[in-house]
Formats: sequence, structure tokens, C-alpha cells
Amino acid sequence: MTMERKMAHTLVVLVEDKPGVLNRVASLFRRRAFNIESLTVGHTEQPGLSRMTIVVEGDDFAIERLTAYLYKLVNVVQVEDLTHTQSVVRDLALIKVQAPPESRTQIMQVVDVFRGRVVDVTNQSLIVELTGDVEKIDGFVEVLRPFGIIEMVRTGVVAMERGSTPLYVPLNGNGQAHPHPETISEN
Amino acid sequence: MKLTGAQIVWEVLKREGVEVVFGYPGGANLPIYDAMLDYPVHHVLVRHEQGAAHMADAYARVSGKVGVAMATSGPGATNLTTGIATAMMDSSPTVFITGQVVSRFIGFDAFQETDVTGITLPITKHNYLVTRVEDVGPALREAFYIARSGRPGPVLVDIAKDAQQNSTEWQYDPAPLKLRGYRPQRHPLCRQVEQALELIAQARKPLILAGQGVLLSNAMRELQEFAERAQIPVAMTLLGIGGFPASHPLNLGMMGMHGEAWVNQSIQEADLLLAFGMRFDDRVTGNLKTYAPNARKIHIDIDPAEINKNVRVDVGIVGDLRETLQTMLEHLPRLDHSDWLEHIQEMKGESAVRDIQYLPPDGHLYAAHVIHDLWRFTGGDAIITTDVGQHQMWAAQYYRVDQPFQWITSGGLGTMGFGLPAAIGAKFARPDAEVWAIVGDGGFQMTAAELSTAAQEGIKVNVAVINNGYLGMVRQWQEFFYERRYAATPMRSPDFVKLAEAHGLTGLRVERREDVQAALETARASDGTVVIDFRVEQEDSVYPMVPAGADLHNMIRRPVRTAIVETGEDEL
Repeated sequence: MTMERKMAHTLVVLVEDKPGVLNRVASLFRRRAFNIESLTVGHTEQPGLSRMTIVVEGDDFAIERLTAYLYKLVNVVQVEDLTHTQSVVRDLALIKVQAPPESRTQIMQVVDVFRGRVVDVTNQSLIVELTGDVEKIDGFVEVLRPFGIIEMVRTGVVAMERGSTPLYVPLNGNGQAHPHPETISEN
Repeated sequence: MKLTGAQIVWEVLKREGVEVVFGYPGGANLPIYDAMLDYPVHHVLVRHEQGAAHMADAYARVSGKVGVAMATSGPGATNLTTGIATAMMDSSPTVFITGQVVSRFIGFDAFQETDVTGITLPITKHNYLVTRVEDVGPALREAFYIARSGRPGPVLVDIAKDAQQNSTEWQYDPAPLKLRGYRPQRHPLCRQVEQALELIAQARKPLILAGQGVLLSNAMRELQEFAERAQIPVAMTLLGIGGFPASHPLNLGMMGMHGEAWVNQSIQEADLLLAFGMRFDDRVTGNLKTYAPNARKIHIDIDPAEINKNVRVDVGIVGDLRETLQTMLEHLPRLDHSDWLEHIQEMKGESAVRDIQYLPPDGHLYAAHVIHDLWRFTGGDAIITTDVGQHQMWAAQYYRVDQPFQWITSGGLGTMGFGLPAAIGAKFARPDAEVWAIVGDGGFQMTAAELSTAAQEGIKVNVAVINNGYLGMVRQWQEFFYERRYAATPMRSPDFVKLAEAHGLTGLRVERREDVQAALETARASDGTVVIDFRVEQEDSVYPMVPAGADLHNMIRRPVRTAIVETGEDEL
């Protein structure tokens, strides 16, 4: 067996857009003792389907277990681990930072370098919006910290595989999703 | 047709073939109960909702149909939960219908309001909160479909009172359901079947581990054909009992914590395990690090999440067990494993000397003797339900079951109080059958109120109380692992004979082995429910025993003469 190490995995989970689904997924993580680092939910191109992006730490075996457990939920349509794929992963941060006139120019320059945007200005503060992968935002936060961060919020990541293939492919137009690769029937 | 939500409930139940429902009315499900009177369904009024849940569960396990139980909101629903969890752990196809407070009061802590879908989320296969009358029919249809398909399990439908009262245009749609996120996989993958057949061809010491999946997928015939053709011995899980005849020469008996010594030893020596519809529970494997160290493993299960969960396997096949075995049988050759089978026979011979059945009589009444006699006098044909504890293990060891759906016990959850309500549920599933609940004095008292249900229904089940004055299994653990410090295990019970009589039923007491037969005959000849209080040896223990978490081959064995606790190590 190869050495397995714990690392953050980015899972995309397509779920039916029904009341209580978030609770079912969250409850599963709690009950099976997995730690959610971040979780986002939003609409998709498919009516009736929501898309969760869940970052969870674990080795490959744990993630395989988690995937199997997620598929046990009746409302879960598809689970993909994007960790080892070519994917676009984005987090969004709003950071309220102390910005008195004497340090304001310097902050603006940093924001510029990171290609952030200033979305609110007062005499003493700025709100900066930044989009990027986790490392970029972590780096930005470190650079801003000495100026005095008043408040910060991050959305948690959303992710999408590169290339033209869609994640979700209804089969024969009958509303059936692309099945779990392990359970595709050959006969 | 314009129908109320309550009427739609019964319309769906009728279409699903439901003939009997176990339940308890209350404020929030009154409309459903009112509508019930216009439908040809038999309702069994229980004395506690837990009883209704166990009855529905056992009814499902015996009949193969979906069992249905109902309760009102709040305490009615929470009382169901032990039974729902029991059905969940043992994959029993059941539908639970609870009343919920009027939808506009949900979330306002109304009288008898409880977040039932929240509470039952981890103990149901799926559940629904229905607040609109339009959703009653679809939710219930999905509930039945989900409960019985794939890996079966309990589904709960919580219906707000106004959704029961309001009316809507409704017509039954017989079209098969398509659920986006739920498509159980019945057909196995060809490639994996081929791999499995290859491993079987290479094996010299193969062993089948037969679980409840055999019964749930109706694979009894296929299993027998498989075992006979390939000459592979079969070990049973507790819930697998009945899936392969106990009297079959290839049936080794039960595995695991209280499995027979030769069965566990065979598992440890095997070079190939074929796990058929079982889930490598910790009570079956003991210490996973030392479990079946020489064996390659093939695992067939309908639930993909069971593959590689507890034991990593060489070939995992997701599929319906029956269909998978049928596919395999198309290619399975005749094989010969006579050396292996002879070796197991030798181990079996060595163990027989310890069997309590062969020990000289010492004037005491032993549970094993009672159950052995019950097996003999009923010709092994009775449906047996049990509670949980020592009597359960003795029943598994000594009531040798040849037919499927005849052995009904709470395995995964280990629910005390299961036996009597399960017997009642089983009787409704098969009114012609002789039904015996084998219960302990502890568990019996948890749900003994259901004697009243049996009396009101005028049905006949028999209750064999294995009364040792202790919470016996816990006492046994205290004896083995806690220096006989019997904390809270001695239990004083009421006079069970009088308790039966208070319900208008017959009660008998047996204290000597020579009186067992007469009591059993009286009970069998009686038209009504009979309770027999068997006053058995107080400090007897279940042997062999693999201590929790110990290696499967490290069994505590029944002492041959003197009371010395030996481990498997010095005798294997």
C-alpha cells in the first residue's frame, strides 16, 4: 500500500435543491467524524440542483469512504473529488482594514499588486474585495495584517474543473445523472 | 378525485398492499386515524410506540413486505425512535408515518411539537417533512420505494396536521419512480465477477460468510447451490441465520463474539473469505488487525458504502446478492475441498466436549437446555424472536433454524425489549405460524405492556422468559472483566405468571428440566398467548466468548470441569 497522507480535498457535491439537504450533508460529516474546512452552496445551470463545494481534510482512503457515505444520501446526485484534477479554485474575501491617510496609499498599492478592489471607503478604513485561490488570499491577508484588519470574511472555495466537459451529464435526457463510476453496470 | 391528505395516506397504503398497521393515535394524527375507518386495513393498537416500531420491523422481516407504523407528533414520534434505529441497523424495510403540528406552528414550540425529521435524520434511510397536501402522495410513494429497494431501511414521513386535513385533486400514478440521487445498483460488474471466480479457483481453504443480505435478496437457493457446487463451508452472521439450513452439512454455525470455536478458527485459517451480504461488524471480526490474516476477501453487497468500510477486500462487488450469485453460478465449476472440510470437522469434534448439552446433569435448569428442548418439541419450525443478551446468544446457538425468515432478532442495535413486540409483528405476518419470543427477564420488562396488545388482538404468541434474576449478559461481562462486581445487574422481577394472568393470559413457571416438556406442551396446546417463566441457573455464561476487541481466535471457552477461564491460545 502506498503511503497515504492527510491533505485538504476539494469535493464538489451536486444535491437536489430540497429543504434540509444542507442539514443532511452537514450531519453526515459530523456523524462520521469528518471535519469541514469550508462549505459553500449555490445554484447551478441545472434546475433543481444545487452545488456544494466542500473542503475537507483526509487521506485518500478517508475521502473514498466519505464519497461512499455521501452517495448513501438520497438527495445527493453526484460527488467529484477535484483535488487531483486541473481545476479553477476560487475563494472570495472581504477585508475591512484600518486606512488612515498616512498608510492609505501603501494599502492601495498592495491591493493593486494582488488585483483586489476597494469597495468601500471611509476616512479611517477601506473594505477590500479579493478573489483568488486560497494561497493568494492567505498571502494578501498576511500583507494587510500589519495595517490592522478590523474585520474579515471569506466565502470558502468554489471549484470547477478546467476544459469543456460538464460535471453533470443527464443520461438520455431522462433526468438520470451520470452514475457513480464504481457502480456503472456493464451488463 | 378530490381527497384529503389523510385519505391519500390510506390510498397509497392500499396501493402498496399494506394490510396491517401498528400504531397509536394522538392529536396530530387524528385526521389519519379518522380516515382509516373507511379503509380495509387492520390497525393494531400498541401500548407504547416503540412496540409499534418493532412490530412493523418484525412484520417486514417475516413477510418480506414493507412494515408500517404510525404515531402522533412529539412524544409519540420520539417513542418510535428506538424502533426506527433498530430497523435502520438491521436494514428492515419499514415506513413510519408521524403526525406533525399544523404547519404554521412548526418552529414555534407548539404543544407536542418535536423536530422529528431532525431527530430521525441519522436513523432513517431517508425522511420527509410534508407540509402541503399536494406532497402527501408523492412523499409516501417515494417512502415505500426507498424503504424496500437497494439496501432496505426505515423511511419516515412526518405530515403536518393541516396537510392531512386539506384536500387536493389526486390520482395514483403507477409509473415507476425516478429519483435523481437514488439508483440502487442491482447488476454486478462483469470484470469483478471474473476476478472473484479467479480467486475461488485458486483457494484451498475458502469460507462463505453469509449475512442478512442472503435473506433480503432471497438468495437462499443460490447460496445453497453455490456452496454445494464449490464445496465451500458456510458460516452465518447472527442476522444471516435462516439463510442457509442449520442442518446442512456445509453449515458451520454462527461466527463472531459468541460464535462456535471451530467457526472462528476456520475464519482465522481460511485463505479466502466470501462475504455475502454481511458487513464485517465488530462483533463478527474481533480485532481487525489480526482478523483472517491469511485470507483474500471477496465482498458482495448492495450498499457500495459497505465495501472496504471495516475490512479492506481484494474484490468488492456492488450488486443484489441473488443476481450476483446467479451470474457467478453461470461460470462456477464443481470444486473439491475435502481436506479443508475434514480439518474443520476435527476442530468441531474437539469443541463438542465443552458443549453444555453433553455435560452431565447437575440438577440445575440451564437456558441452553430450555432452548434445545424448545427446538426439539417445536420441530425447529417455530418463528423465534428474541430480546438482546445471553438468551439471544443461546437461542442463536441452540435453536437450529432451517428455514428463512424464521429467526427475528435485533442484531446491529442490540435493542432490549424487541422480543415480545417482534413476536406480535411476526404473528401478523404469518398468522398460521407458531411464534415464540425468547426473552430475558430484563428485556421482557421493557416492553411487557405489549402483552395487553396481544390480549386485545386475541392472537397467540408464546413467551419463554429466560429468567436468571440478572441482566445476564452485563453480569457475565462483570464476571469476566470487572472482578464479579455486580453493579446494577441483579434484578427483581414481578411474578410473571401473575403478570400474564392479569392480562387474561396463561402463565406457567418451570424450575426443573423435567418440567420443561410439560410446560411447552401446555403452551403449544393453548389457544391464547402463554408466558413461561423459566427460572434458570443464575450465573451461567455464554460460551465461547471473544472479548470485545480481542483476536477472533482468543476465545474464552466453557470450562470442561472446573471453573477455570481458559483462553484459546493454550489450546489451539
